[in-house]
Amino acid sequence: MKRETVNITIDGRLLEVEKGSTILQAGREFGIHIPTMCFMEHLTPYGGCRICVVEISQNGSKPFIDTACTYEVREGLLVQTQTPKIIHARKMLAELLVASAPNVKLAQDIAARFGLLKVRFPMEDNRCILCGLCIRMCYEQMDGRALGFVGRGTGRKISMPFNGRPETCRLCRGCDFVCPGLIVPCHGVKDPGELCGKCVRLEEMPNCCEFGTFGCFCDQNPL
Amino acid sequence: MRRIKSAKDLEQWKATILKKQGTHEMVVSVCGGTGCQAYDCQKVKMTLQKELGRHGLTKRVALKVTGCPGFCERGPLVTIYPQNIFYQKVTPEDVPEIVSKTIQNGTKVERLLFEDSRNKQKITSASEIPFYRPQMRLLLSRNDLIDPNRIEDYIAIGGYQSLVKALFQMDPDGIIEEIKASGLRGRGGAGYPTGKKWEECKRESGTTKYVICNCDEGDPGAFMDRALMEGNPHSVLEGMLIGAYAIGADHGFIYIRHEYPLAYKNAEIAIQQAKRAGLLGQNILGSGFNFEVEITKGGGAFVCGESTALIASIEGRVGEPRSKQIRTVKQGLWRKPTTLNNVETWANVPLIIEKGSQWFSSIGTEKSKGTKIFSLVGKVKNTGLVEVPMGITLKEIIYDIGGGQQDGRKIKAVQTGGPSGGCIPASLFDLPVDFDSLTEVGSMMGSGGMIVMDEGTCMVDVAKYFVHFLEEESCGKCLPCREGLKRMGQILDRITEGNGNEESLLLLEELAQVVGDTSLCGLGKTASNPVLSALRYFRPEFEAHIRQKRCPAGVCTPLIQYSISEDCTGCGACAKICPTQAIEGEKKKIHRILVEFCSKCGSCKEVCKEEAVIVQ
Repeated sequence: MKRETVNITIDGRLLEVEKGSTILQAGREFGIHIPTMCFMEHLTPYGGCRICVVEISQNGSKPFIDTACTYEVREGLLVQTQTPKIIHARKMLAELLVASAPNVKLAQDIAARFGLLKVRFPMEDNRCILCGLCIRMCYEQMDGRALGFVGRGTGRKISMPFNGRPETCRLCRGCDFVCPGLIVPCHGVKDPGELCGKCVRLEEMPNCCEFGTFGCFCDQNPL
Repeated sequence: MRRIKSAKDLEQWKATILKKQGTHEMVVSVCGGTGCQAYDCQKVKMTLQKELGRHGLTKRVALKVTGCPGFCERGPLVTIYPQNIFYQKVTPEDVPEIVSKTIQNGTKVERLLFEDSRNKQKITSASEIPFYRPQMRLLLSRNDLIDPNRIEDYIAIGGYQSLVKALFQMDPDGIIEEIKASGLRGRGGAGYPTGKKWEECKRESGTTKYVICNCDEGDPGAFMDRALMEGNPHSVLEGMLIGAYAIGADHGFIYIRHEYPLAYKNAEIAIQQAKRAGLLGQNILGSGFNFEVEITKGGGAFVCGESTALIASIEGRVGEPRSKQIRTVKQGLWRKPTTLNNVETWANVPLIIEKGSQWFSSIGTEKSKGTKIFSLVGKVKNTGLVEVPMGITLKEIIYDIGGGQQDGRKIKAVQTGGPSGGCIPASLFDLPVDFDSLTEVGSMMGSGGMIVMDEGTCMVDVAKYFVHFLEEESCGKCLPCREGLKRMGQILDRITEGNGNEESLLLLEELAQVVGDTSLCGLGKTASNPVLSALRYFRPEFEAHIRQKRCPAGVCTPLIQYSISEDCTGCGACAKICPTQAIEGEKKKIHRILVEFCSKCGSCKEVCKEEAVIVQ
């Protein structure tokens, strides 16, 4: 069967891409790099981190900004992934991210990739970056439905229902498999505003599990 | 209540109701809106009932509890028809006098009439009051006439006649053409053409479609939708019926926020009555058109006013927005084509069908048609709901309707559009109020909040208030809104505490821009408007906080100091009220504030009759 395609332009390159794919998928197929954070292949795009923002215009419309991971391709779409506005926005997002969770490797990686040298916000030390990967992994791939967001705004966090492990959780550890917060974290940042860049230091495993008594490979793990 | 099976039945019912109403010589209507209820209008109504009964007037005089006529500041409001005497600030103690003088003898109670502060003249009828005179009350005027809990009242003023016209004289395409020709735009804030939205929804294939009425009005200081839903729920239902017929939907939802109990109650009663009368349900008026309406109560989240979050909430999921590439008219509620409109938009629909698109489009400006209800609040003399034609200037609203400044301090700005809008300085008050010109100056129409600010308002403090409001109301799904607003709040906190520097101002501006550009939904996209517009028009105030560590409006407590001037008569009132005993001085001599003990609560300034307490 012949696959249906549409023609779009990404960064000046005319591409024939599969209908129904997202800008991110189309770009990756042709080797155009669009950075992501909360995206993972085979999980539903979430559009929460906004790192993959691109400028889009259609039929000569005024360019608007949207996320590449959620935007479906259409005939004649004009996409810019590297405009000064986009680069600036991503850098600011990376700064917000790393200021909130400086000890998460992914946050440091993203900051390093965008050439961020100084953080202008007071540093916090959150372990969870609220990317929602664990929730989607649990729900979509493992059919677990054991995790979800609770709270709103700055009080948002990830939790099991009523803070206890439900029967639907089979301790499959899918959640910590995908959690960027559990990748060996960075120990470099000591002073507020500092970025270290020396991310891979395998000295100790921190007691870092978000969920207390289940899941990750820290010493509280019941497995 | 009879069950209506055809258009002729409705006509007959209307005639019966009018005949019955004709037996009353007089109608006394008491406002029963939330504003007047706070002033205890229930007691006024009870006393009126008792007093009328005592004089044996119950047969001659009808007592009616109506919706909100808009002049909330002067509540409780009582109007007597047919003489059209408008009494304001009525207390239960005034009632015997009203009954004996006005109702029995036809004379006015002078002290309850509205007094024009300019020429000290008493004004009898509401339409003569400066607050009402420049208004064009197409929607709100019906609130004055009907009891929202009685469908008969709505029928009597010609209610559901537009539905009859739509069902029997027009076809769905004709209705959509009519709405398109009228130029009606969504009153929820974004101003999307309503007719276009309906057309797109109609064009979608599939038999199941939905209509939704958005009554999740959360902007601080805005209550237009509440007044309409409380005061005239049937007009909203009629609008939804016509809309549903046009797009081919058979099920509707009204999403009412949890904080509007009276709106919820009245809407529920209206639905029950319409159902019983056969105006909702199967085979409406014998036309073969079926339509059901359900009410969904919000859970107290501001973000649920956003269409996709609202739909998620109705579906029973967490109220979080999603990407809007696929619009709700294509995939909305339960992935079916859905038309979502604001309360005011729906309420406008019967009017347009009744009087025609040409009439409607003759009101307003080129691109914004019809009237818009604003809730005028803040530092003006007359506050309340005002309905004005589009294109009226801000000056007319603030100075003519609002009556201008409240207490000697000059008005410096008006905040429109709630937390998503911006502050417009007094120098731009000649601006015509419509969707496009407000967006041009960095604010927006929003749902219609209008907060007037005078020189006693600190713009940095206002920006801080709105940022903190949104920070709390952000759902937290996307990074720029969740983290960005938090950081913006922190920067503004630092500035108002006197710890800001030039860099933080630049960072604030940069951050606000990125939050606006990259956020997921309307909440985040517009969240930076209050900050950016304040920076655009009131930068010197920010700079005074940073450079001179001074709050020009005297609001930000860490930056102000209280002192006592030579006007002090030494009465000692301030020393008595000071909670920290920070004021000392001998009797009849000038007092002094001990700065180290002063908690800057402002009590001394409030009690001082000589205005000798100075804030610097």
